[in-house]
Amino acid sequence: MSTPASRTGEQATTHTPVALIAFAWTLVGVPLAYGLYNTIKAASALFG
Amino acid sequence: MAVPAFLARDRIVAKPGFNRWLIPPAALAVHLCIGQAYATSVYKTALVEHFDASLTAIGIIFSIAIVMLGLSAAVFGTWVDKNGPRAAMFTSAVFWVSGFLVGSLGIYTNQLWLLYLGYGFLGGIGLGIGYISPVSTLIKWFPDRPGLATGMAIMGFGGGALIASPLSRQLMNWYDANYDPAVAGTVPSGNAVAGLFLTLGLIYLVFMMFGAFIVRVPAANWRPDGFDPSTVKAKSLVTTENVSANNAIKTPQFWLLWTVLFCNVTAGIGILEQAAPMIQDFFREGDTSTVLAATAAGFVGLLSLFNMAGRFVWSSTSDYIGRKPIYMVYLGVGIILYVILATLGSTATWIFVLTAAIIISFYGGGFATVPAYLRDLFGTYQVGAIHGRLLTAWAAAGIVGPLIINGVLDARGTPGQLVAGDYRPALFIMVGLLAVGFVANLLIKPVAEKWWEPKQTDIPTTAAEPERSTVR
Repeated sequence: MSTPASRTGEQATTHTPVALIAFAWTLVGVPLAYGLYNTIKAASALFG
Repeated sequence: MAVPAFLARDRIVAKPGFNRWLIPPAALAVHLCIGQAYATSVYKTALVEHFDASLTAIGIIFSIAIVMLGLSAAVFGTWVDKNGPRAAMFTSAVFWVSGFLVGSLGIYTNQLWLLYLGYGFLGGIGLGIGYISPVSTLIKWFPDRPGLATGMAIMGFGGGALIASPLSRQLMNWYDANYDPAVAGTVPSGNAVAGLFLTLGLIYLVFMMFGAFIVRVPAANWRPDGFDPSTVKAKSLVTTENVSANNAIKTPQFWLLWTVLFCNVTAGIGILEQAAPMIQDFFREGDTSTVLAATAAGFVGLLSLFNMAGRFVWSSTSDYIGRKPIYMVYLGVGIILYVILATLGSTATWIFVLTAAIIISFYGGGFATVPAYLRDLFGTYQVGAIHGRLLTAWAAAGIVGPLIINGVLDARGTPGQLVAGDYRPALFIMVGLLAVGFVANLLIKPVAEKWWEPKQTDIPTTAAEPERSTVR
């Protein structure tokens, strides 16, 4: 899913560490999963 | 208004090789925090008891925040576009967190006006700036999938409430041992809510600052590998030109889209506002509802899920079928669903739940798709500022939607004795509103050439203050 930027001009290139991307997604993904779990648990009462 | 150097747009221009998939979590870090605004109901009763105030007096806190959201997004939109996402996210974090800290002080010292000032006024400014802060940046990083990109971020706003609701209950349980969220009727103390505000403020500070410091803007002329802008132009409503925010609001397209958003949001709020009592009233036998309170709470949870999922799924779908057609679905299918809800909704629970859930997914989808629609019509130059001004439709719908539903229900009877038939007038008013929105969407055509900015190199990605159009 990585899409590196195309090289333009004479600027130095960079490399985004995969670990940083994974950390960033985990940081937002874990709370979201927590919220989803709790909401699905609450919504399950509708079908209980 | 200048910003400190470490926040400046110039400092966050990505070097070649930067991976754009770091941008969505930066946007989500902000939107997941400010989405807490939809979770205020978890401590509303506690504040009523703590301040010995009416529901209306406490409800004003949220109303001030939403009005400030609309106003600040409209007023600071151009500033956000000029100074870039880091300055905007940082500023949003300062206001949003200050709102919690001042609010916490207000609860501790028993001064309600501090909650109005803190959470309402300061927090509302943080909401408005934070909501629009990542939008134009995401559109520029994902010119090939703008709907997916903005859908991800704005999905976060819906997700923020899903996180904040259970987290708030848990934290208040820690701060007040007498409060048990599993036991109906227990209410946390005011000090527990003050502690909650303090804790949330600190958590949100960390998350939002993380987003602010990892966000980047693309360099001049940057394009994703394999992306050919000429393929985007192939769709009739998609422009490769740019229109300034000041000129955009002079076009009929802006006001038609404002009408579309207003109608879609008003109709959705009609259900969201009354979700729990509505399902109980639709299935009532005499004075007793066949739907238990816990089941009604489950229905509210289900709507939250569809609200969030709709933001991502429908907005992403719009990248394939186009923005105008997807709004025809939101509004046109929405009309049919509202009619089904009004006429057949009380015949079976599954019909009621399914139609309401899809309507709410369209409500969320409408929010998430609108930035990409603006990009299609007005280009990327000041899309954040234009989006900010369009969000006044949200503020207006936030007032009109509840007025319609509450006004109709007040006229029909008293809470606890209402039945499905009492909701019909309000639901048919929503059908009329959706029809107005549908027509407004049909009337949207490409923006006239006289509003375009003069051609120059790469306005969309880097120029903070490009040469102005002669059209004002």
